Amino acid sequence: MINPFAPIGRGVLAGLAEIGRFAAFAGRSAASCFAPPFFLGQFLRQCMAVGYYSLPVIGLTAVFIGAALALNIYVGGARFNAESFVPNIVVLGITRELGPVLAGLMLAGRVSAGIAAEIGTMRVTEQLDAMTTLSTDPFKFLIAPRVLAATLTLPLLVLIADIIGVMGGYLVATYSLDFNGATYLRNTFNFLESQDVVLGLVKAAVFGFIIAVMGAYQGFNSSGGALGVGRATTNAVVGSIVLILAVNYLITAFFVE
Amino acid sequence: MAAKLQLIGIKKKLRGRQVLDGVEIDVAAGRSLVIIGGSGQGKSVTLKCALGLMKPDAGQVLVDGADVTKMPPEIRARVMRKFGMLFQGGALFDSLTVWENIAFRLLYADKVARPEAKERAIEAMRKVRLAQEFADVRPIELSGGMQKRAGLARAIIAKPDILFFDEPTTGLDPITADAINDLIVEMVKELGCAAVSITHDMPSARKIADEIAMLHNGRIVWRGPTSTLDTSGNAMVEQFVAGRADGPIQAVV
Repeated sequence: MINPFAPIGRGVLAGLAEIGRFAAFAGRSAASCFAPPFFLGQFLRQCMAVGYYSLPVIGLTAVFIGAALALNIYVGGARFNAESFVPNIVVLGITRELGPVLAGLMLAGRVSAGIAAEIGTMRVTEQLDAMTTLSTDPFKFLIAPRVLAATLTLPLLVLIADIIGVMGGYLVATYSLDFNGATYLRNTFNFLESQDVVLGLVKAAVFGFIIAVMGAYQGFNSSGGALGVGRATTNAVVGSIVLILAVNYLITAFFVE
Repeated sequence: MAAKLQLIGIKKKLRGRQVLDGVEIDVAAGRSLVIIGGSGQGKSVTLKCALGLMKPDAGQVLVDGADVTKMPPEIRARVMRKFGMLFQGGALFDSLTVWENIAFRLLYADKVARPEAKERAIEAMRKVRLAQEFADVRPIELSGGMQKRAGLARAIIAKPDILFFDEPTTGLDPITADAINDLIVEMVKELGCAAVSITHDMPSARKIADEIAMLHNGRIVWRGPTSTLDTSGNAMVEQFVAGRADGPIQAVV
């Protein structure tokens, strides 16, 4: 007789095994960032690729989200005669939540997918094997620079996104909602606390790590030619997004408590 | 002569299938061994186990008498410096120029200064008869034959003790394939290294091998000097060399 619970059990075991493999890969990736040899040139190249070239997409996302947020809060606030809270809630929403999460999601699409595709192609064309035979550890040469670059540059991107997002809210508030510009900015800065910014930056660093490690993990373990690389890329984006949203809740809950 | 590389009783199971079932090979310095065999018989897995890219389930991989499977990673990495490998598809790094590919080990493992590394890369290009004008282009701009030459230059630049060739002539026209075979023979002679190749290409095997071994069902079923290939007396070797569908080996279709 076929046990109806067997497929469920198999699925759970396979899921747990995958989590274990990912955790081991993440641990090895993190350890590779702190053990020599270090490839400074690769790290700087990745900082450019991950950080600098992501600026336009992060900036555009932030300005539109800040603007839309200001409009929504104005409409919602009007129901309680609380329209004046627009600057306070915009800065809180941007720095604590929307800045890091949206930057993380945008980079999951741009960076995690890119890393998975690049390393996945190197896997199926034997370039990773070639690197190993050339006495160079792919974890140190390929993965560590990407993980370090994403972990360090995403907080910087989020800091810029925070500023641009607030400015998006400011532009809408002053040009469409008749707010006084100086008052809007004063309220923003008076309300903002350092822990709001710190929370966003901590989230950004963790999201950067997740994005790079997930992309590298999926690429490193890809197989089956172009189809396998395509699957790895999709898995990297989906996996990064799910992990970012889950970890975002855990970090927020930890800071709130 | 003492074996430079020796595989003893190598076993490897992949996805429940016994791919290698006690492979035994050895090759001395200055000698060239070619492993022939059908698709899926474990030739590539044998090479990966020898190179340390795959850990065998059982058996020993001896390099100069020392078992690399039992070495800690940092010591094994040092032994890997004795190896050079030409991959089937070249496996050149897309993001680097041709000379950076060739000098990869010098630049990133041996920390040789870039000007000196480039000079040595161009010298290696000259040896494999790849024009210097291609030094600064990306591998994608090279033809298949030129990519093989660049891969060979990368394999020999650090003067390895053991050279591995994975299907060195696959995908090349007969004339280019013959030129690559000539280069392999020349490089092995010049470096005095041990060479292990895997191939389906019998003209290539005959040209580059001092000895030929046939792998079937994860075991070496015949081994002998290249001159005895046509008089092996082994039905499987005879079928493979003649390229017949009928015989003890079932064609995989």
